Amino acid sequence: MRTYTNSFPHGVHPPDCKYTADQAIEDLPLPSEVSILLSQHIGAPAKAIVKRRDEVMRGEPVAEAVGFVSVPMHSPIAGTVTKVDYVLNPQGLMSQAVQIKLDPDADQEEIYGTPRDVASLSQDELISAVQATGTVGLGGAAFPTHVKMKPPADKPVNTIIVNGCECEPYLTTDFRVMVEDAEKIITGIQLVMDAMKAKEAIIAIENNKPEALDIMEKAIPEGAPISVRSLVTKYPQGAEKMLTRAVLHRDVPSGGLPSDIGVGCFNVATLLQLGQLLPQGRGLIERVITVSGGGVERPGNYRIPLGTSIRYIMEQVGIRPEARKIISGGPMMGMSLSSQDIPLTKGMSGLLVLTEEEMRDGCGTVYPCIKCARCVDACPIFLNPSLLGLLARKGRYEEMAEEHHLNDCFECGCCTYVCPSNIPLVQYFRIAKAMNREKEAAK
Amino acid sequence: MSTEARPLIIGSSPHIRVRQSVPDIMFHVCLALVPVVVFSVWTFGISALLLIMTTVIACVATEHVSCRIAGKATTIGDWSVTVTGLILGLTLPPATPLWMAVLGSIFGVAITKSLFGGLGYNCFNPALVGRAFLQIAFPITLTTWTPPNLVGRFASVLPSTLTMPFMRSDGEALQAYVQRALEAGGVDGWSGATPLSLWKFSETPQFEELPRLFMGSIAGSAGETATWLIILGGAYLIVRNMMNWRIPVGMLLSAFLLSGAFWLSDKSAYPSPMFMLFSGGLMFGAVFMASDMVASPMTTSGVWIYGFFIGIVTVVIRIFGALPEGVMFAILLGNAVSPLITSATQPRTYGLVRQKNG
Repeated sequence: MRTYTNSFPHGVHPPDCKYTADQAIEDLPLPSEVSILLSQHIGAPAKAIVKRRDEVMRGEPVAEAVGFVSVPMHSPIAGTVTKVDYVLNPQGLMSQAVQIKLDPDADQEEIYGTPRDVASLSQDELISAVQATGTVGLGGAAFPTHVKMKPPADKPVNTIIVNGCECEPYLTTDFRVMVEDAEKIITGIQLVMDAMKAKEAIIAIENNKPEALDIMEKAIPEGAPISVRSLVTKYPQGAEKMLTRAVLHRDVPSGGLPSDIGVGCFNVATLLQLGQLLPQGRGLIERVITVSGGGVERPGNYRIPLGTSIRYIMEQVGIRPEARKIISGGPMMGMSLSSQDIPLTKGMSGLLVLTEEEMRDGCGTVYPCIKCARCVDACPIFLNPSLLGLLARKGRYEEMAEEHHLNDCFECGCCTYVCPSNIPLVQYFRIAKAMNREKEAAK
Repeated sequence: MSTEARPLIIGSSPHIRVRQSVPDIMFHVCLALVPVVVFSVWTFGISALLLIMTTVIACVATEHVSCRIAGKATTIGDWSVTVTGLILGLTLPPATPLWMAVLGSIFGVAITKSLFGGLGYNCFNPALVGRAFLQIAFPITLTTWTPPNLVGRFASVLPSTLTMPFMRSDGEALQAYVQRALEAGGVDGWSGATPLSLWKFSETPQFEELPRLFMGSIAGSAGETATWLIILGGAYLIVRNMMNWRIPVGMLLSAFLLSGAFWLSDKSAYPSPMFMLFSGGLMFGAVFMASDMVASPMTTSGVWIYGFFIGIVTVVIRIFGALPEGVMFAILLGNAVSPLITSATQPRTYGLVRQKNG
């Protein structure tokens, strides 16, 4: 088969809209209260270990992991637990959270945790230490990092791909952390390489970020088996499957994981957190997000405590009256939020506040499919979205999965983005998958 | 500061879209056809103008009425039926009686498009089916040509244009009219044939000069003569990403190669490959009809196969068939096999091992 140098075949290239690329990361003032959702990662929800009126330090664990595929939560502020109750989560459902009120007299500078010598830890101790930090994939997937670091024993990981693509429009957090904190990212890479006994690491960055390419290149210590790879800018390059094709020209098997071909993919922001938290023995309490879009008065890259309500963030950055949609994540795969009373979670890489003019989503008339094949040429998985869309309209969901590889679709949105008929293909596919899951469960 | 006055919109991702919709594409196809229409009216006069207006109005009206009968909202606003009307008019001989044009429009739009479910569901190009219907129903009229640039073409219509429906069209009157107009322009004789039929049906094959073919000062269907304007329109659509360039390129390339092989074998019997490309409806068919998105395959390799297929069939019909022209039937055949091509050329899904019967 053809090899594609430094990119993957198909995909789309939406306008970059990286307006906040030159804005240095800024700290927002601490909010007066936070809500730590117990389930903001893939896997079992954490279990609260604090109760009402408990005093917590900044960075102190407030919830523990339940099982291996789960992570603990830490308090991002020093204060008092007001309650453990249900709050609105990003999916728009009610979910359990630990609510903490800031104590104005408490010391917000001191952070819970004991520094330690990471080099002396064994492989298993390192994995547990990563779990204890509560780190999950910060690119948006929120998959617990320590689980990724422990692939099945028969599938050793030789190559680490460090994902600095940030292929979603608008988002600039990965770019900023690379420019501002390259050394700590390298520390994180080396820790992960040690823990996984990987032979090499490749930092993949799209060529629309020359500054990041340059800085990361310079940060690599002499002789380290780490290299930087410049990729042709294209969406969805940051998806693991596309990334392995772009960097290694290899496919992740259908239904499998990158570890099946000896690869581990980690986001730069995740590695930065590991590089920072592990040596100090601390937990994940804040993250950098891009706040951008036409509905924001002061767009930028902000470091914000986890659990801060979106409303507080919007008050700080200023929201314009023409704002119509708030999206958690990027415009291609992000999720629109139903309310501002949702707390910031580990998986939110950005908050986009779009105006009607910017989104043009669902506003257009839906026309019949004219078989222009733009979706076929855009699908990075090489499906036929047009055909799948027609089948979905007819309710032939099982046929979609069995004969047309519906389950290989990872909902990148390319097909819907290019469709001149405005057909909500991805939404159809989500419905089809959900219907199939339900049918499967009923069996 | 509060946004609660206007509730937030929630929706499924992606939240941004390409700003090009179906009506945009169809409208730009119409735009790309405008120079061809203007040239057609310039060379063939009011008759061509009346013909094209008739097919457009008849096609739009047919679609509107069909939608009403089906109890749906009218779909004439998406411009697709306007494209059909323009193309049908441009593929008919300029002297076609208007009532036949109306009949072809109704047949093409109602039977081929509306009956199958409207835009996107037609397996054949409606304009071509309309033309094929007329070609079979009225073979003589559909092969009666008039010379270009007749004197008085803006002052009077051709005698055949306004004949009554289903009355024998008076071929002699048209011939006499053409003769008078030619004499007024100081031209002696005219064979009444297109370059293709001159080659095919003369005792010794005659080949029209390439520059005249390219610039369009020849007889032919209303819109197929001006090769250069057709290429211009096609280039515009390709630049705007509104047409798959592989279809015309594949079709022209295969026609070029196959006719080139024949030409090399006997240069006195077979026309040069350039003659093949610039004569008849090949260029118009390649750019505006074979490239119809609805009736062409969806995969990249499938599109090449489709283009090559149509090009080869066209040349085969032209050289071996009973007709001088084969583009129309070649494209219809291509339309017929295109779903098959699509399903046979579906590329390997990412991460899957190719299965034999996949």
